[in-house]
Amino acid sequence: MLNIIGKRNVYFTISAIAVGVAIAAIALFGFKEAVDFSGGTLWQFRVNVEKPVVSDIKKIFQADFAHEEVAINYDSQNNVFLARLKEINEVDHQRFLQILNGKFKGFQELSFQSIGPSIGGELRKNAVIAMILALIGISLYIAYAFRKASRPISSWKYGVVTLLTLFHDVAIPAGLLAFLGYKLNVEIDGNFVVALLVVVGFSVHDTIVVFDRIRENLILHRDKKKFSEIINESVNQTLARSINTSFTLILVLVSLYFVGPINLHYFILTLIVGVTTGIYSSIFIASPGLLVIGGKSAKG
Amino acid sequence: MRKNPGIFLTLIIILAVVAAVFAYPKFLGANWLPWKLGLDLVGGSHLVYQIDLSQVGEIDKDSVVSGIRDVIEKRVNLFGVSEPQVFTAKSGADAQLVVELAGIKNITDAIKQIGETPQLDFREVEQNGSSTTFVPTNLTGRYVSGAQLTFDQTTGASQVAISFNDEGAKIFEEMTGRNVGKPIAIFLDNNLIEAPTVQQKISGGQAVITGSFSIAEARQLVERFNAGALPAPITLINQQTISPTLGADSLRKVIVAGAVGTFLVIVFMILYYGMFGVFASFALLIYIALTLGLFKLIPLFTMSLAGLAGFVLTIGMAVDANVLIFERIKEELKRGLSKIGAVEEGFRRAWPSIRDSNISTIITAIILYLFTSSFVKGFALTLLIGVLVSLFSAITTTRLFLRIFIGGDAKNKPSK
Repeated sequence: MLNIIGKRNVYFTISAIAVGVAIAAIALFGFKEAVDFSGGTLWQFRVNVEKPVVSDIKKIFQADFAHEEVAINYDSQNNVFLARLKEINEVDHQRFLQILNGKFKGFQELSFQSIGPSIGGELRKNAVIAMILALIGISLYIAYAFRKASRPISSWKYGVVTLLTLFHDVAIPAGLLAFLGYKLNVEIDGNFVVALLVVVGFSVHDTIVVFDRIRENLILHRDKKKFSEIINESVNQTLARSINTSFTLILVLVSLYFVGPINLHYFILTLIVGVTTGIYSSIFIASPGLLVIGGKSAKG
Repeated sequence: MRKNPGIFLTLIIILAVVAAVFAYPKFLGANWLPWKLGLDLVGGSHLVYQIDLSQVGEIDKDSVVSGIRDVIEKRVNLFGVSEPQVFTAKSGADAQLVVELAGIKNITDAIKQIGETPQLDFREVEQNGSSTTFVPTNLTGRYVSGAQLTFDQTTGASQVAISFNDEGAKIFEEMTGRNVGKPIAIFLDNNLIEAPTVQQKISGGQAVITGSFSIAEARQLVERFNAGALPAPITLINQQTISPTLGADSLRKVIVAGAVGTFLVIVFMILYYGMFGVFASFALLIYIALTLGLFKLIPLFTMSLAGLAGFVLTIGMAVDANVLIFERIKEELKRGLSKIGAVEEGFRRAWPSIRDSNISTIITAIILYLFTSSFVKGFALTLLIGVLVSLFSAITTTRLFLRIFIGGDAKNKPSK
């Protein structure tokens, strides 16, 4: 049997460092916002040349289109160029298309997205609201669902621990994306927010499984065993299922990551990191967290 | 169900087979309610227009917005795109118009024609010696109620016959009355088309524009007049165009990923849970067939890339309930319960955690659905439906399997 409660300070330290690094990454690098948040143009295309050079394409944008601010990424695996520039209108879009068509044999436009800045602000606001509502909604539900487990610690504390755990699970993938934005120009878009929300909805599954067992064991053994013992036993009894439920999801995510559409790459990566963090937190953070938040009444 | 598990399971399997045939995009399923795929899967354009309501009074706003929607819808229908979508969306005080054109080839022309109203206006002509000035009047395309393609009886040239509405007819009558013997200039998109001389006062609100149109030009003009003028100006603020190549590529890849993911989950479940895992795998396949069939039945449901991704995720979640139940059954067996007893107890005692964890996903899906744009809505909806159907499949279907096969086993060997 794993002594999770006994070593809880080790696990708390690991998480504190991870969350600290994640928050530092967000504070330091910030997020690179995709066009759907910041407004602008995102253009995906393919050209048929032997060795496509990013700087050549960039030169064309700057010289022929007079667009100084342009970022070009090249995905060699799929031979796709991704140009990001300021919002351009349809007339310019068509003009650029003609020029590119003339310069490159087999030029192929894959997608074109141009978004005004006003929409982005709206989307950002909604994303934040949705995230806060999800965190609060789930925590309240947990507090309600565990209302019968109100001894030795009251049920709202289950909700609070869930909220902290969820914050933990969201912060780590968010920090990673901030770092990737700094390192590889990875941008966060609407999908990123969806991914974090799914992480919130899903990582709580495992936590619930453990809490459910604690709830059940409390009813059976409340007067015979210490709360810490009950927690430790409950975590160990549910260890396999906590891991397995998330593992099946990770199997699906990994296949989406490796053989799925390129547009969903970072969406899936965020989910993989978040769900994995969720496994860790439900076992090593949520349950010992109950003991800590319970204070004296829990330890007595 | 407890008495006749065999009948119920047979029914579910038949239903799943029907759903699978129905959902499969070839053979029978192709003819009956074919899949509606989103722009990100078939290619196409998603255009968002801002409607400028600054000149519109508060009470008229709703009617102006719906008027614009009707006009744009008529214009879009001229492109011959299959099932174009035109809908309005309110964001704060502004109104937006969203146009979705799936599989359109020439997007530039489409964008041009959506935003443009043929600007027709009649101007009075003032001759001052050698210089000619055109004085704009308030008779414009706004008063045109309909147009028709006609041909000149003698020359055979194509003409556009326009009818004015009552108000327009009155203005036209006054104007022609004022200008008998003088020319009236007809401008289209600020170009002088012709300036016929008025022979007599024209009442009844009919006019013919002769110009020098080809039949195609004249026909297009007629179509545009009939689609009507926009009651308020619109500007394109957001567009997303996805090529059919990229769309088809995404569709293929997400289906392959879904199949690989399903396969991996099945392998894992069978390796870890043995015979139980086999039952869970059948339940999973039944889940996939039923859910896909259900998606197709939802009216107006369009399957987007995000929607498919959400569905693939639910495949990984659908066996969760089974994992919880099987682990519980293992525990009950260890405690010395009979196989039947352990199965029943396992289902009963795993239920609270299954319920609570699924409700948390349902909360997330609902919030996502309410607070996001149309692209994400598809994801939220498939996630929600997936979770609900998976509750049914993981619990009911698996329980029937276990009752029939494990139950039969236990009857034969009642000692244990």
